[in-house]
Amino acid sequence: MNATTMTDTDAPSRSASRYTILDREKPALRHLVTRWESLLALLLLAVFVAGGVTLPHFLDPYNLLDGTANFSEKALIALPMALLIICREIDISVAGTLALSSVAMGMAHHAGAPAEALLFVALGTGLACGWLNGFLVTRFMLPSIVVTIGTIALYRGLASVALGDQAFTHYPQLMADWGQGTFFGVVPRAFVILLGFALLFALVLHATTVGRRIYAIGNNPAAARFSGVAVDRYRLGLFMLTGAMAGLAAFLLTGRIGSTRPNIATGWELEIITMVILGGVSIAGGAGTIGGVLLAVLTMGAVTYGLALANVPGIYMTIVVGVLLLSTIALSRLLRGKPTRH
Amino acid sequence: MPVNQLTRPPTPAASADAPVLQLTGITKRFNGIHALNGVRMTIRAGEVMALIGENGAGKSTLVKTLTGIHRPDDGVIMLDGQAVSFGSPQEAMAAGITAVHQETVMFDELSVAENIYVGRHPTRGATRRIDWGRIEADAGRLFARLEVSIPVRARVRDLSVAQRHFVEIARALSQDARVVIMDEPTAALSQREIRELYRIIEQLRVAGTAVIFISHKFDEIFAVADRYTVLRDGQFVAEGSLADIREPELVALMVGRAVHQAYPKADVEIGAPLLEVCKLSHPTEFQDVSFSLRKGEILGFYGLVGAGRSEVMQALFGLTNDVRGSVTLEGRAARFACPSEAIAHGLAYVPEDRQQHGAHLMLPIQHNITLPILSRFGFFSRARAEAQVARRFAEQLELKAAHLTQPVAELSGGNQQKVVLGKWLATDPKVIILDEPTKGIDIGSKAAVHRFVSELVERGLSVILVSSELPEVLGLADRVVVMRQGRVVREFARADASPEAVVAAASGVVLEVAA
Amino acid sequence: MNLLKQREPLLALMVIALILLVGMRAPVFLTTQSLANLLTDSTLLVMLALTQMLVIVTRGIDLSVASTLALSGMVAAMLAATHPELPLALVMLAACVTGLALGLVNGYLIGVLALPPIVVTLGTMSVYRGLVFVLSSGAWVSAHHMPANFIAFPLQRLFGLPHLVWIALAAVIAMACLARHSRFGRDLYAIGNAPHCAAYIGIPSARRLLWTYGLSGMVAGLCGYLWVARYAVAYTEIAYGFEFTVIAACVIGGVSIAGGVGSVLGAALGALFLSVIGNALPVLQVSPFWQSALTGAVILVAVLLNARGNRHRSRQILPLHQPEPTASRSATA
Repeated sequence: MNATTMTDTDAPSRSASRYTILDREKPALRHLVTRWESLLALLLLAVFVAGGVTLPHFLDPYNLLDGTANFSEKALIALPMALLIICREIDISVAGTLALSSVAMGMAHHAGAPAEALLFVALGTGLACGWLNGFLVTRFMLPSIVVTIGTIALYRGLASVALGDQAFTHYPQLMADWGQGTFFGVVPRAFVILLGFALLFALVLHATTVGRRIYAIGNNPAAARFSGVAVDRYRLGLFMLTGAMAGLAAFLLTGRIGSTRPNIATGWELEIITMVILGGVSIAGGAGTIGGVLLAVLTMGAVTYGLALANVPGIYMTIVVGVLLLSTIALSRLLRGKPTRH
Repeated sequence: MPVNQLTRPPTPAASADAPVLQLTGITKRFNGIHALNGVRMTIRAGEVMALIGENGAGKSTLVKTLTGIHRPDDGVIMLDGQAVSFGSPQEAMAAGITAVHQETVMFDELSVAENIYVGRHPTRGATRRIDWGRIEADAGRLFARLEVSIPVRARVRDLSVAQRHFVEIARALSQDARVVIMDEPTAALSQREIRELYRIIEQLRVAGTAVIFISHKFDEIFAVADRYTVLRDGQFVAEGSLADIREPELVALMVGRAVHQAYPKADVEIGAPLLEVCKLSHPTEFQDVSFSLRKGEILGFYGLVGAGRSEVMQALFGLTNDVRGSVTLEGRAARFACPSEAIAHGLAYVPEDRQQHGAHLMLPIQHNITLPILSRFGFFSRARAEAQVARRFAEQLELKAAHLTQPVAELSGGNQQKVVLGKWLATDPKVIILDEPTKGIDIGSKAAVHRFVSELVERGLSVILVSSELPEVLGLADRVVVMRQGRVVREFARADASPEAVVAAASGVVLEVAA
Repeated sequence: MNLLKQREPLLALMVIALILLVGMRAPVFLTTQSLANLLTDSTLLVMLALTQMLVIVTRGIDLSVASTLALSGMVAAMLAATHPELPLALVMLAACVTGLALGLVNGYLIGVLALPPIVVTLGTMSVYRGLVFVLSSGAWVSAHHMPANFIAFPLQRLFGLPHLVWIALAAVIAMACLARHSRFGRDLYAIGNAPHCAAYIGIPSARRLLWTYGLSGMVAGLCGYLWVARYAVAYTEIAYGFEFTVIAACVIGGVSIAGGVGSVLGAALGALFLSVIGNALPVLQVSPFWQSALTGAVILVAVLLNARGNRHRSRQILPLHQPEPTASRSATA
């Protein structure tokens, strides 16, 4: 018997089956409207309208572009985190990885490494941290939540030990160029990098076989394994990817703020997870889109930006984020119906 | 048989003829479709009633109605002459109707004694402390009454499937059940354990409890039950005493037409050995397994549940570590380290548990079918090419679905199995291993699967058929390998495989040849 | 020895061994004063670990405990600061009630609406932490704002031990009774083991979960008062990140994150273990920066040990001993 040829041009001849199956369901407006991403888009629109109406300079494009700085690095980590959560894993240690990568860069710079190498130091540290997470989860079949609770303490701890009482400063101009620099004097580089990666991740998740396998793993890891998907290799790869993106974020963040202190990126892991969940990725795995995550990032960014313009203290943002998360998860339950408890 | 009264003695029937349970006109609709339509049933005290019907006939809906999961839209349930209505399983249990399911309701980390009393621990004292002493003593008495020995402090996690069933029965007894419903209780039991179950049912009968016994195995039905009720398509068809009827008539009532249990056996030339397995071993699961599969052959693997057949197949497919021994496929070494290697070499494995291991229920049909062969599409997923492949196999198997992007969960059991089969056919295998392919499927779809298995060998595949259904194995296989407790005990050619000999080999009973 | 195979005795031994080890390097660690300090320092973590254990047993998690602690503590501190004439018992009650209310919000969302616990408590954690700021307008409540009895109570001695220790002891005993001898507690284990079966059997899961999170909040509320009183200061960021330490204590104590498994003694010992590490570092003159890294390493080791039983269990099919010869049966029977 010949291998299944993909350019199979056999005319769909005598369909031996007595049942007809359509290729896809007839698209209906109802499907578009009840999608999570549509609701998020509406929310984003509402935020912009509310902000534009109540705050002067809200819609000023220069201000808006400036405002992207407060979420670009976080969103870079949210992208691989979304893939992890789709695969039914989670990584609480990303902020620790970021801190450790930043410290590693500081140490390398202090030791005389050239500016161009610092990015690779950060990426390498991130990859190593991610690898440890992935190794523990896949090799010993440990639940990722407790492993990463352990590794965040470990990574932050190692970062504090290396840093001690001081802070690393005087980073080379190259980092500042990327961290706080702009293209054409207007568009922040970090934001462009974010958009570029978002596009890449969206492509991989939604248009490639790699993404298809990720959804399969998230839907039913056992069945995926039985179907020949290398589940453990994918998980390890995703943890390493998350670590690497945290390293990249460390490079940009350190470049932007110009120093490494022990409390760098504190609390980021929870904001990043919020971005992902708000973006419609189900905590139970197997569902979610990059578009949704990006919309959530922009919505949260817009709210933060608006609050900053209105001179509201940053802590109020935490309340807003919390309320947003709770109301969206409650809304999603109403739309999707109560699942059986498992 | 001595019966120790545990709590209050079972209420004797008011008169010898008063029924314990009487159902009239029970109707239940889901989304406008009748799952049950005017069903009636009458059971007397101390009677074992066999509830018979194909899958989809309404048996499980009826059980759920009796146990309080569903409320009937119409009809009356009378328990001991009183009309009752249950809002929850707990209410039904309190009233005296309990069920022993195939998937036992067990809490693995809790002790055996606690499992019996879970959710209703007896308390003592003003502080309402849990009375552990009483719980353990009662559990001990229950097991003594059932004459099974299970340590009351053992964790359920460490028990065998049969022992879990006995714990559930003990739980039913401890609730002074008037009616005990047993749903396919013997699926995972050995012969010895089945005989113990019969004994327990006899005890229940003597104590005046009514038993509803649901099973597909007619020899068991005739061995243990007194009367029968047949359902078909949600409707009551017939009832009567089992002494007055025979199996073919029962089957006819069940199916609504005379059924020839014909297993289509294709006339295929069987060639040289294709797959050779030599002394395959695993530290705990199987030992010294050797057999060969010839081209165009259907090799049956029979054995009791837990004999190790699935484990051997999963090892062949590359799912298991720590495997020693040699495997060759078409002369080349074939000890695969992972399923994708096995798939690439032309091996396919259709797992036993369709929902857990076979299909991705929330993913579309198309994605399910193309998952193992994604690498053939390259890096980018090509929707149209995939749809073509999916359609080809969906039509081949006569899949009944609305559209290819429909989630598999929305399909019926038989159609879900077709999706799984289609997925494995799409990998273009040389050898396909079917692990219990007709488990939990209605008779109509079963026949389709059997036809399909024959077609497979006509197309040039070789098939390993793992099955616990004797007629299926004997009807389809060219040779039968029998496994027991992790070892291959015998091999039969088609002509030599008599039901008695095969079952004896699987159970470890040595038959004496009549002099 | 069979006893050693169980988790709790092993953990107790490890705690003692650790104390002795540290004591060998720094004998001052073994003085009664130092050990008493150790005990006192561990009380809050022990109490929070107990209720977190109950939550984790039900397959849930409560990330909001630290924020609940902070908010309740701030409520108590502000109440005492603005109304110093109020009896201390009332202030403590206010803290407990605040915590209870905050916990019941979690319990409602998780138990009644069946929302995923990690997401809900992530959300409430943020909201409650923000509310501390809103309540206090960012101002600190310092020692000189607080009445004397407010600050003194936790460390005041009763029969030689500080109130903190007595409260923690009472909490351990109460939780042990709850977990082992009450229907409420046993139902939690059932829910964590098999949620579907628990619902089928008729266990009122929604109610149980509501009050489990309520209890977690209430104890966090009490600890809120104890925290601000003991350290004599209340501000927005107190106990920031403490929820992870609490969860770590549970994990070390053998509570399985998958639910259904966990003991009060284990959780308490896990908390004690972490406290020993925390107290030992300054005594050993190890820089406090190592604390986090060491805690992380300990958690990883504990999880690895925990999960050794979880390895993909191959079924035991081959008989472990030779079976007796089976009876023969005539083919003509």
